[in-house]
Amino acid sequence: MADNVILQLRGITKTFPGVRALDHVDFGLRCGEVHALVGENGAGKSTLMHIVGGIYRPDTGQIVLDGRPVRFRSAHDAALCGISVVFQDLSLMGNLSVAENIFANRQPVRAGAFIDSAALERQTRELLHRFDLDLSPRTLVKHLSAAQQQVIEILKAMSYRPRVLVLDEPTSSLTATDTQRLFRNMERLKAEGTSIVYISHHLREVFQVADRVTVLRDGRHVETSPAAGLTEDAIVKRMVGRTLGNIYGERASEIGPEYFRVEGAAAGRFRDVSLSLRRGEILGLAGLVGSGRTELARAVFGVSPLTAGRITLEGRPLRLRGPGRAIASGLGYLTEDRKGQGLFLRMSVRANCIAPGLARFADRLGLMDERRIGEFAEASRSRFDIVTPSIGQTVGNLSGGNQQKLLLAMWMGITPKVLIADEPTRGVDVGAKSEIYALLRQLAATGVGIVLISSDLLEILGLSDRILVMRQGCIAGEFLRENATEENIVACAAGVGRECLP
Amino acid sequence: MAEPELGGARHRRLARRLADQREFVLCVILLAIVGVVAVADPGVLTLDNLSAVFLALSFQAIVGIGMTNLLVSGGFDLSVGSTVGLTGAVTALALVSGVPVPAALLIGLALGAAIGLANGLIIAKIGINPFITTLGMMGIVRGLLEVITKGQNIYGLPDAFKWIGQGKLLGIQHPILICLALVMLGDLALRKFRFFRQNYYIGGSEKAAVLSGINVDRMKIFNYVLTGLLAAVAGVLMAARFGSVSVTMGKNLELQVITAVIIGGASLQGGEGTVLGALLGCILMSLIVSAMTLFNVDIYWNTLIIGATLLVAVLIDTLSKKRRPV
Repeated sequence: MADNVILQLRGITKTFPGVRALDHVDFGLRCGEVHALVGENGAGKSTLMHIVGGIYRPDTGQIVLDGRPVRFRSAHDAALCGISVVFQDLSLMGNLSVAENIFANRQPVRAGAFIDSAALERQTRELLHRFDLDLSPRTLVKHLSAAQQQVIEILKAMSYRPRVLVLDEPTSSLTATDTQRLFRNMERLKAEGTSIVYISHHLREVFQVADRVTVLRDGRHVETSPAAGLTEDAIVKRMVGRTLGNIYGERASEIGPEYFRVEGAAAGRFRDVSLSLRRGEILGLAGLVGSGRTELARAVFGVSPLTAGRITLEGRPLRLRGPGRAIASGLGYLTEDRKGQGLFLRMSVRANCIAPGLARFADRLGLMDERRIGEFAEASRSRFDIVTPSIGQTVGNLSGGNQQKLLLAMWMGITPKVLIADEPTRGVDVGAKSEIYALLRQLAATGVGIVLISSDLLEILGLSDRILVMRQGCIAGEFLRENATEENIVACAAGVGRECLP
Repeated sequence: MAEPELGGARHRRLARRLADQREFVLCVILLAIVGVVAVADPGVLTLDNLSAVFLALSFQAIVGIGMTNLLVSGGFDLSVGSTVGLTGAVTALALVSGVPVPAALLIGLALGAAIGLANGLIIAKIGINPFITTLGMMGIVRGLLEVITKGQNIYGLPDAFKWIGQGKLLGIQHPILICLALVMLGDLALRKFRFFRQNYYIGGSEKAAVLSGINVDRMKIFNYVLTGLLAAVAGVLMAARFGSVSVTMGKNLELQVITAVIIGGASLQGGEGTVLGALLGCILMSLIVSAMTLFNVDIYWNTLIIGATLLVAVLIDTLSKKRRPV
């Protein structure tokens, strides 16, 4: 091993009941490098970093820091050794201010006991400045957007001045601008000698920031190599163990007549939104985070009321007073927030499968048909290729990609006429992504119209037949697949070109 | 070498699955207690003694049905003890002032449902949390009871009414029969019916339940109404059983019931629990107390033992869940 290796993992194995998450994994991190860790969901990236961060203890194997074997009993132990981890799930306290969150439990003090609020604010401001965040250190975290919270989480980790910084999917809820700011900060930390482990599903990002890339597959170390000599295809091949073709697939049937319309819809953040959908069509809905896409979807689905506008399905007006009615009329809504609002994490795969369609599994007396439920859950498991030891497994224990496939299975189970899919591949690896795309294609081929909301432009361009761009609560532009490009969609979303009518 | 290991693993898995089934564990513990009692003093294990124990816990168990349903949906209700008292007292007062028995029963039950409706509306529509809402309601209802009775006991209830609580069918007291019938109905409802299944989803994740098309507000209101109604059934039965009503009737019942339901496998986080488990929890608590009396343990130990039982039950549950990955 070279002398400049700061952190070396040797033969790390970690087993959970029924699954070997890591199998003799070696991993070396050099001083001042950005080392990308990639692999499909469930490959063991997060587990490995939980071990580095002191959350899990390995069954076997050794962690060597600065040439000395170490054992972490807690995250605090790891932090004391200069290892700081930003996990995928946010761990901020919403009821506390930005400053109190960043300096949780180590606020600057005066006279040994009193929090020095002036120093606290000054230090917080310095950190916020790194991301050009125009926020008061006193703002409560619960009032921040998801992207801002993610930045605060990163700043918190940076504030420890760690020697090893682990970022687990830091950009999944960041805007493009924030992502670039993060990369600039990573460059700066690197120059200061910090070593960074960077986990991401976005291979483009990996090439932008990483010096070396390590690929994990099924809990095993596949290969570590310099990023410079790699291509995206080569990494994907190592991740999935095979070559993927065009992951977006091709339309399998003709688009039918128009059957679903939203006219002049308004509520909360959006106004005067009209759209129409044809049978079997995939309609992409692009736009920046906060442009009103999700609010529109939720209102159409009846979660919150519309203040104006009308919705018609198959020529009949829909009066939607709640998601129950929407589902009964044939609408499905796949939420962007699978953990918070989509899935029942403490319940089984089986119970989750049937959640939006309980009535379909009850007889006339209202008795649940357990046999049919079991059959349906098993069928969904194999049709959607959900990897789980059994349908009795608690959903919180599944990997992100499998959770997302389960969410899709839930909504396909109600055989919707219209499906609104909000960020259907958020935080999901390439393999699962291509499966989800294939499932959406299959659904469209059966004549179901799909409204695809996504921040991933390649996904929008790869799947959509037609693309609407939202900006500040209005439809700012419409593109047919043939003349849509990344550039003109970004320009439209950002407000260059056609103006949004008031 | 490999073969027996495999068999062992299979047995262990079966044992594990049974151990995960709270009702099974409770039954084993109950049988053990009964066994110890039978060995220590075979004379006490008479039908009369057992039915006396069961009669005492049947009121708790009836309230426990509603409480289980609430805990499953992620709610709970501290006002049930006061509701038992007030509905019993109002029914008794109506009878004393000459209202016919069926009408008086109806008044009592309607009052219980109304208290539940108030709880449900405040919690679902205004969004005040169940702890505060039902704590406040507990005080209001108990206070009302004290105001209308002025602290005096109510006596002189008609025999036709007392028969409801004191009569027997096939040699078994009415409250026991009513309790068993309601428990069976409740257990079946929670296990099998789509309508009640919705509560497991609400308890699992309220937000996900909303997006799954479950009318969460309406279910919550219904759950509190049902709990209030069942508390009223217990209150009316208790009044009929004792033939009188005191201002302290039902006091502390809410905590006993919540304890029993949680011992029976429900959790304050919601999404878990069965009515059968709740009944077994009630029986376990009563048996422990009865066994202690039998072994001449000072009665002042009761509260301590019940508290410890609750903690041990939850501790075992939490520790067994911790072993699994998050």
